Amino acid sequence: METISILPPELIRMVIAVIIIISFLFLNAIMMGYAERKIAGHVQRRPGPMEVGSHGILQMIVDGVKLVGKELLIPFNVDRTLFRVAPLLSFTPVILPLLVIPFSEKLQARDLNLGLIFIVTMGSVNVMALLVGGWGSNNKYSMFGAMRAVAQSIAYEIPILLSLLAVVLMCNTFSLKEIVAAQQNIWFVFLQPVAFLIYVVAGLAETNRNPFDLPEAESELTAGFHTEYSGMGFSLFFIGEYTNMFIVASVATVLFLGGWHGPHLPYGEYLGVVWFFLKVYLLLFLMIMVRWTYPRVRFDQLLNFAWKYLVPFSLVNLLITAVLVKL
Amino acid sequence: MKQYFSELYTGGKSLVEGLGVTMKALFSPIVTVQYPREEIDITPNYRGHIDLILDTGKNTYLCISCGMCEKSCPSDCIKVKGKKMEGEKKKSLVLFDLDFTKCSLCGTCVEVCPKDALEYSQEYNLAAFTKEAFHFDILKRLEERRI
Ligand code: SF4
Ligand code: SF4
Repeated sequence: METISILPPELIRMVIAVIIIISFLFLNAIMMGYAERKIAGHVQRRPGPMEVGSHGILQMIVDGVKLVGKELLIPFNVDRTLFRVAPLLSFTPVILPLLVIPFSEKLQARDLNLGLIFIVTMGSVNVMALLVGGWGSNNKYSMFGAMRAVAQSIAYEIPILLSLLAVVLMCNTFSLKEIVAAQQNIWFVFLQPVAFLIYVVAGLAETNRNPFDLPEAESELTAGFHTEYSGMGFSLFFIGEYTNMFIVASVATVLFLGGWHGPHLPYGEYLGVVWFFLKVYLLLFLMIMVRWTYPRVRFDQLLNFAWKYLVPFSLVNLLITAVLVKL
Repeated sequence: MKQYFSELYTGGKSLVEGLGVTMKALFSPIVTVQYPREEIDITPNYRGHIDLILDTGKNTYLCISCGMCEKSCPSDCIKVKGKKMEGEKKKSLVLFDLDFTKCSLCGTCVEVCPKDALEYSQEYNLAAFTKEAFHFDILKRLEERRI
């Protein structure tokens, strides 16, 4: 690995990248929140937000202002430190994976040669945030939500890793940039359809999205781990969730859908970002549709599905890949 | 083992079908009405508060001020008063008040009226800040409809 230079030009580049990424996080959360509500509306054959701005386009901004203006309630008898740390813990780690994602050939903050591992690691820190928040809230619903989050994430992180490993075996690198470059001719979704399916399903569970949203299951646990959060504490969780979705979709795009590859564009090394975002948002659209289509699974179903279907299938898939690569 | 795969197949198939259903709904026209901006016609069976029927032929009410509705109202919210005017054979209405805050919309007054002089209005946009706003002067409402 190249020595990380902290010389000014590199430092400035990183600072700019982080600023762009953080502002993008908020933009993404606003767009996704709006899209989610609009799509939810139309799936249920109602128009969704309509009042603020044309077709409610400003609704999420107004909601954001409302949340910022709200008091951060800290209930009696909670663990104050943990309670305050949890939203930050859910928000901060989601920024880091975006630093290594190659948006296009030249738009990447830093190409780590262990990029994929880095992303997966950061992804699991999010569960810590749920656990800390749920535990710190001193409330049985939050506690249940946190416990569920942990059990769920232990079960689903294995198939995620195994399915990603199949791709890694094929291109022999953990660097995301090189993985995308290896898909110049054929996207890995065609070579590894099973791994792709497993990754998308387990990724849904990893982001705690419906039908795997057991940690927040509002009909059973009020709001699960974020029951006690209000104002900005809640919005940080919310932004964290949407960014996590974005990361899961980008990893799927990078590993299976050919990243920035697409029909030729002028300045391809930069404008590949168009294809990248197109693929990511198509996947996100699918995730939203899934949320508004399926009912929530029961907890035993959730674990059964992971251990009885996803894990064996990803293991067999990995084995076959390994054998084929060796041949 | 066979069940294992058949469950996977049927489960997967039903999931795809489910997505198809919501996809179709996503692109179908919406069915809700944006109420203050759009309104739909209200069903003729709608029971609003009571109103006097206007007899278009005689251009007046049918009520004979018998007071049956007032007496039969279980919530005691109708007040009717009639008076014999100079040179008239029948009594004329001078007062027909409805206290809508108490009305239970039971319809007894409409049923009991010997002249079928009452009907349900079609009004549903009822909201106000005071109780008094719901003391309707039914007679005045009739006068307004007169030609
Ligand atoms: S509908 Fe019933 S409660 Fe209302 S005014 Fe008539 S009789 Fe009274
Ligand atoms: S019962 Fe009919 S006719 Fe008699 S006072 Fe009431 S509205 Fe008039």
